[in-house]
Amino acid sequence: MRRRIVPYFLLGPGTIWLVLFFVLPLFYMAELSLWSGAVGSFEFSWHWANYSEALELYDSQFVRSFFYAGAATVLSLLLAYPLAYAIAFKAGRWRNVMLFAVIAPFFTTYLIRTIAWETILSDESPVTEVLKAIGLAPSGHVLATSGAVIAGLTYNYLPFMILPLYASLDRIDVRLIEAAKDLYSSATQSFLRVTLPLSAPGIVAGTLLTFIPAVGDYVNAQFLGGVGNRMIGNVIQSLYLSQSDYPSAAALSFVLMVLIMIVVVVYIRFAGSEALMGEEAR
Amino acid sequence: MAAAQDQDSNVVLHGVTKRFDEFVAVDDLSLELARGEFFTLLGPSGCGKTTTLRMIAGFERPSEGEIRIEGEDVATLPPHKRPTNTVFQSYALFPHLSVEANVAFGLKRKKVAKDEIAERVATELRRVGLAADANRRPSQLSGGMQQRVALARALVNLPKVLLLDEPLGALDLKLRKGLQVELKRIQREVGITFVYVTHDQEEALTMSDRIAVMNRGRVEQVDVPEEIYARPTTTFVAGFIGVSNLMPATVSGPGKVKLDSGLEVAASTGALAAGEGCAAVVRPEKLRIGLSGETEAAGDGLPRVEGVVESSVYLGTATQIVVNLGGDVRMTVLVPNADEAERQRLPGGGAKVVLSWEPDHMHVVTESVGGDSADPEPALSTNQEG
Repeated sequence: MRRRIVPYFLLGPGTIWLVLFFVLPLFYMAELSLWSGAVGSFEFSWHWANYSEALELYDSQFVRSFFYAGAATVLSLLLAYPLAYAIAFKAGRWRNVMLFAVIAPFFTTYLIRTIAWETILSDESPVTEVLKAIGLAPSGHVLATSGAVIAGLTYNYLPFMILPLYASLDRIDVRLIEAAKDLYSSATQSFLRVTLPLSAPGIVAGTLLTFIPAVGDYVNAQFLGGVGNRMIGNVIQSLYLSQSDYPSAAALSFVLMVLIMIVVVVYIRFAGSEALMGEEAR
Repeated sequence: MAAAQDQDSNVVLHGVTKRFDEFVAVDDLSLELARGEFFTLLGPSGCGKTTTLRMIAGFERPSEGEIRIEGEDVATLPPHKRPTNTVFQSYALFPHLSVEANVAFGLKRKKVAKDEIAERVATELRRVGLAADANRRPSQLSGGMQQRVALARALVNLPKVLLLDEPLGALDLKLRKGLQVELKRIQREVGITFVYVTHDQEEALTMSDRIAVMNRGRVEQVDVPEEIYARPTTTFVAGFIGVSNLMPATVSGPGKVKLDSGLEVAASTGALAAGEGCAAVVRPEKLRIGLSGETEAAGDGLPRVEGVVESSVYLGTATQIVVNLGGDVRMTVLVPNADEAERQRLPGGGAKVVLSWEPDHMHVVTESVGGDSADPEPALSTNQEG
């Protein structure tokens, strides 16, 4: 009898926490998104127009958010994979030092680091001068461009890409790579046929951990972007905190949530299929 | 084309040395393997046998020396360009691929035609008895089945040399025995040269055409199993194969050695010079044991030494008696339990006994460089399983 109770005891605290601080607010927000009226005279009225208005007014911010987050995710993957590979296979006794370096930025708050980037990318900074010199800043400045926002997102979410990638690469038995080479695979072939497919779980986890928070991010766009770089997070923040348009903000949040879920489900179906495992899985 | 002497040699290692920083893993190793031979590298862990195998496969580059396969110098070729395939110790099967895809892996990289791949993979899976499991994943198979997949994955490529790194090490004893027989059968069937690495002397004796016993990066002796067992040439080989039955001795003249017990016997001393230290080996089953008084009366003229029985252990088919000759020299005697009445008469602990042997059964071995500190455990297994 007692043994059957134990799992519930283990699940209990977390469940209560999530119900109080996630499920209940979610219902409250769902209700809020159907209110109508103005500040002081809000009332629940099944006002579905909040949703259609939200989509009509802010469709460009939605598209931009998904584009920025997607670009930052791809960029993170390209930066993180070689790094995680090097830490897992080549770092030797430097491994722990390098892993520490990956998480070291977390010791400073997200906000401070993003504000620091504002300075780094400001018009007079040496970094901007260099970017101008090599032709990467045709407009003459870097701050307040989509490039700056994507760079900021990439920087801020890079560790969430590196760590799962490292975990999956580190688990790969080097003898499997030796076996591939023994079976006539060049270094490139053994990477494509063995290492890459075996690190697929890390790629899926890393891209999700990067993409999902990046879509809803507003800090990077606020500090590094200009008026033309506002993401959906900035709209929600401004509607909720500045304009007190709670119903619209809630409706936008729900639309964002559903869109992210659709993208994630489609992505997982694709990534989980044999497509990522290479033709040999067939 | 290969030089004339390579015609029958499939693999030639000449003066191969491998250093890892200061540590010499393989020291000036030279071997010649005949085509179609089942050749075993036998030795304790750290003796350099696996490093030697990895150098033939191409995973390690020799610091010095040359490696030729079918006359071609392969020392600088990467593994994927060598006509070798390896069966890894832990199988190293690709977990994301089916059994069939694992076996087809090498042929696909070699761009063999699709129909031919399918046919050869099917044939190979049938050979190892896994035709029905082609679509399963390695994780769904037992250890013995995984081992067969690893073997099929290597053999399907028809390598010039198949390298096996303790392939049965992870399996339990019963399964290992069965697979030993099967491996030997497959080797005869395909006629490919096998280089087999093991620390299990019994496995080596059972399966090999020839054995190279390795110790501290060097080859101590290369010969057929019967000779390795019956006529070891060094204290290390004598100790590693079978029970270490060594009596310290000195060469007293050409064809004569003097045991430390004082007995002088005729023996083949080979290249040893007078005054050199050596050891005399007599295998446990070749020793006769008798109580001090009785055998002297027999007057059979055989060489004999005296000692005290330390222990007597019943092993089922035989009785193992350990006799202390004094001065930390212990000899093991194995007496078959053919007759119960005779067994009852065997001397017990503390009894003063005389050991004797036919002169032919004693062999003089040289002291191994760096001593003969072989792990005694594998040496005992033969007798205990008997």
